[in-house]
Amino acid sequence: MIDALILTILMTSVPLILAATGELVVERSGVLNLGLEGMMLMGAVSAFALTYTSGSLLVGLLAGVISGCLTAAIFGFFVLGLATNQVATGLALTIFGTGLSGLIGSDFVGKAVTGLPILFPESFSNIPFIGVFFALDIIAYLSVLIVFIVWIFLFKTKYGLILRASGISHTSSHSLGYKVLTVRWCAVLFGGMMAGLAGAYLPLMLTPHWSEGMTSGRGWIALALVVFASWMPSRIIYGAVLFGAITIMQLAGQARGWTIPPQFLSSLPYIATIFVLVLISSRGSAKYLAPSDLTRPFIASK
Amino acid sequence: MNENKVSSNRNNQIKIKVCMIKKPLLLESRNITKSFGSFIANDQINFDIFEGEIHGLLGENGAGKSTFVKMVYGLLEPSEGAFFWNSKKISIKGPQEARNIGIGMVFQHFTLFPTLTVIENIQLALSEKISSPELRETIIKKSAEFGITVDPDIYVRDLSVGEQQRVEVLRCLLQNPKLLIMDEPTSVLTPQESEQLFRVLKKLSKTGCSILFISHKLREVKELTQRATILRRGCVIDTVASSEVSTEQLAKMMVGSDPQNVKPKSVVNSDDYLVRISGLNRPADNPFAAPLEDISLSVKAGQIIGVAGIAGNGQSELMEALTGEWRSTATVDVFNAFGTDIRNYSAHERRQLGIGFLPEERHGHSAVTNMKLTENTLLTHHNNPVIQKFAIVQNETLENLTDEIVHNFDVRTPFQNPLASSLSGGNLQKFVVGREIIKKPRVFFVAQPTWGVDIGATKFIRNALIDLANNGCGIIVISQDLEELFELSDEICVLFRGKLSESMPLKELDSEKIGMLMGGEFSPHFQRGQ
Repeated sequence: MIDALILTILMTSVPLILAATGELVVERSGVLNLGLEGMMLMGAVSAFALTYTSGSLLVGLLAGVISGCLTAAIFGFFVLGLATNQVATGLALTIFGTGLSGLIGSDFVGKAVTGLPILFPESFSNIPFIGVFFALDIIAYLSVLIVFIVWIFLFKTKYGLILRASGISHTSSHSLGYKVLTVRWCAVLFGGMMAGLAGAYLPLMLTPHWSEGMTSGRGWIALALVVFASWMPSRIIYGAVLFGAITIMQLAGQARGWTIPPQFLSSLPYIATIFVLVLISSRGSAKYLAPSDLTRPFIASK
Repeated sequence: MNENKVSSNRNNQIKIKVCMIKKPLLLESRNITKSFGSFIANDQINFDIFEGEIHGLLGENGAGKSTFVKMVYGLLEPSEGAFFWNSKKISIKGPQEARNIGIGMVFQHFTLFPTLTVIENIQLALSEKISSPELRETIIKKSAEFGITVDPDIYVRDLSVGEQQRVEVLRCLLQNPKLLIMDEPTSVLTPQESEQLFRVLKKLSKTGCSILFISHKLREVKELTQRATILRRGCVIDTVASSEVSTEQLAKMMVGSDPQNVKPKSVVNSDDYLVRISGLNRPADNPFAAPLEDISLSVKAGQIIGVAGIAGNGQSELMEALTGEWRSTATVDVFNAFGTDIRNYSAHERRQLGIGFLPEERHGHSAVTNMKLTENTLLTHHNNPVIQKFAIVQNETLENLTDEIVHNFDVRTPFQNPLASSLSGGNLQKFVVGREIIKKPRVFFVAQPTWGVDIGATKFIRNALIDLANNGCGIIVISQDLEELFELSDEICVLFRGKLSESMPLKELDSEKIGMLMGGEFSPHFQRGQ
């Protein structure tokens, strides 16, 4: 019973980890992409549609990653190419993704696919206490690996340093001769791929069917998670588990007829984020945590 | 060496005014022109610098110095003309390329990343792969060599401005540049920090590195450089040997006419105190702030009180207490203006009483840079019934008022009503000073009125302040510039570690005495008249 609950919590946190890690890299480069929900939905519908038609999960996952990346490219075109307002463009992207995914997915509502298999042999998951950690699919393990790789990249490599630098001060980066827009394009596309993969995880693993708007706010939770993690990759993992637990509690509570209103539980991740923001700003170092050039469009002088 | 031969041939062809320099040419510019639309920022600039030479580039704000060096560093593309490096024609496509051929630059507004450590900041500027421990060793070695100590693992945000500049310099030195460009390096430094920087630069030039030193401070250029090129309104006026000209001659070339002198201040004959402050205490609200202790400060009609002191001794805290950005009835005994207790008055209410303020920071504190000049005028004039009728802003009146400020205070704008950010520092300062003075305040609190402002504008602003005082306004000037305080003040007091000395009449003071006070040599040993 408890194992099943923990397993659901872990699986719920996987798409949050993936999407938030992508968004963290985007924000570290100085771009705020509020279109996370839209990109995830595009990833979800493409992954489901292609898995269903081709019968191959791998094709489906790839389709999810690619369509997330393409949706991000639209965002990049406006925000980086035309230097539009990032908040407005991001919101528009979410609305766009929600609508378009609904349209594409209308033929696939009510159909089902077989989800990803569990990576380890079943006997592993019978080990007491820790068995539940062996009952996950490959993407779940991959998500933790990606967080680790992103951490190495951001804090141990020169390219990661350049990426962080362009988020802190694009004018300084530019005068040192770095191509700020190229860096940000790479980050935005990476963020799109991760959001697409996170989206693909939903209809292929979490609930093996497609329904319109099935992300149900996970994109926004992932955005809050980046702030909650104060832009540090490692903190995303436990933040995601915490937020995943809150989401699951809400469902489990409903099933058991708890008296706590589910609306209150679903608002908890955001309350937790605000709480964390208050906590870090009371220490007076809040302004040092967020990339200082976040949302500021960069236009090079000639 | 072949290259030397070629350049020494060139030396013979070029008319050299300074015979003592016989070194080969490093960089030469021929007819460099840069235009932005119809505005010509650099007009046919011919310039050269020898190996190991310290060359000054002198000019007022907006004369085109920064534009020129940005082209040398590859940040801007010249519209016409060419650069020659070791007598070979080059075109510098970007900063990376500039660094590759051996040009380093220290910017006026630093290009550091505050939330990265010193070592990370330096790593970003180096093109070759080098591991962190190795780099740490190199940094320590190099900083010892030039006598600039910096902790490689500290965050840049925790460094003082002077220390940040050392990081910038160090970052350039690690690239072993042949030419180092310093864009107005001393405008943010205390005199002691400047001295230290000059020692580093002189040492560096002895190793064969050329230094292009940009400044509008004449004394520095004379002290440090071998030759100086003077720019005015985008044109080269002359290149001279620094030791052979006087600062007056340099000033004349730079400004184009003899700079205005500051007019004498008339004697105060009023006994009415406009503002009386005593027992002002302010606890420090962060570890870097100076607590204010038992400050007493008063100003009469027509009087200018100067507050001297080295930065960080409580100047910004005092200014905030004067403007009402910080206020307290609990820790302040008396703060009266015109007989009214204003301890609890907000900045807005203080303005309504007829008090004007001008904080130190132009960008974002005294002016909103992303707003037009008219909007910036509105920010402190919105109470004027002529400007605002029935809660509607009278745009035409506002524009006329803005034009009046621009005209009366000689603010040079690129076009009618631009964004505040498009004005050069000196011009924006003239604008914000004018914006306050035109309101005819009865009391005026001003911090660093001419910080980073060129000679012409400085004299202009000082004259405007003296005019204001001669018409009966009481002024408190907080400044780190002693020359300024001696030109303006009737009485001077010194702020040291949050304590303010008694104010002393100007005639009892000289810079030596003030210097002692700035170092903390007052009370109980120093009493008035001793």
